[in-house]
Amino acid sequence: MARMKFLADAERCIECNGCVTACKQEHEIPWGVNRRRVVTLNDGMPGEKSISVACMHCSDAPCMAVCPVDVFYKTSEGIVLHDKDLCIGCGYCFYACPFGAPQFPQDGAFGLRGKMDKCTFCAGGPEPDFSAAEFKKYGRNRIAEGKLPACAERCATKALLGGDGDVIADIYRRRVTTRGRGSEVWGWGTAYGKPEKQPAAPPPGGKS
Amino acid sequence: MRKLLLVAAAAVVPLVAAGCGEKPTVTVYKQGQYQGKPDMQPWDNEQFKGDKVAWEKAVKARTLGQNEYERVVAH
Repeated sequence: MARMKFLADAERCIECNGCVTACKQEHEIPWGVNRRRVVTLNDGMPGEKSISVACMHCSDAPCMAVCPVDVFYKTSEGIVLHDKDLCIGCGYCFYACPFGAPQFPQDGAFGLRGKMDKCTFCAGGPEPDFSAAEFKKYGRNRIAEGKLPACAERCATKALLGGDGDVIADIYRRRVTTRGRGSEVWGWGTAYGKPEKQPAAPPPGGKS
Repeated sequence: MRKLLLVAAAAVVPLVAAGCGEKPTVTVYKQGQYQGKPDMQPWDNEQFKGDKVAWEKAVKARTLGQNEYERVVAH
């Protein structure tokens, strides 16, 4: 299995905030913390575009690099998670993150800042799976249930895709080629171009 | 003339030697090591009972389910 990734399709997002609501409801996230949010460009103008943003579970995550107490780890599926027990709430990860994903509750053990909270790709944390401690600190563990993140699964227009990076890239590629536009943008071939054709296998019984 | 050469050499040697004492100014960051508790694999639980293949199958089915071109039959 490749790395777990999110993919947001700005052509499909209708800014309904269903993903935000799904995330809040699934993990019982407190007021003031938004693991996911919808950002709209040119809001109110013709041709406005919206995109759903949360932790993108970077392959080379800057939050992991800057954390002074090394609370971050990456699962075998490429999901970036952290241990809240060790977090000192310094906020370095927030400054390093290009998506503004780390969130800091306004109450708790560290007063105004609190321990960092972010999207877990619905994979919980280092507490035992399905335990009350895991739910309280990190929310529900849907990945251990064989499911995908609630935001992606509940997206009505399927603007937000989540799962194995190769599979969702295939879905997105087919979508763009079907609607006939979008593949002209810079970097398309690198991001979504199909890998080069493998050399044909020799005929059975033939000599190579 | 020889005295002049000695004076010139005495002036140049410290300048040349100063270059040898230059230290690299680019910081090399040391990759941190995760300090927290170990996590379980998502298939190591009561539901999947350590069956990684079954877990991958379940997740893949859900991932492919997001492709409406496959779910909706064209008329």
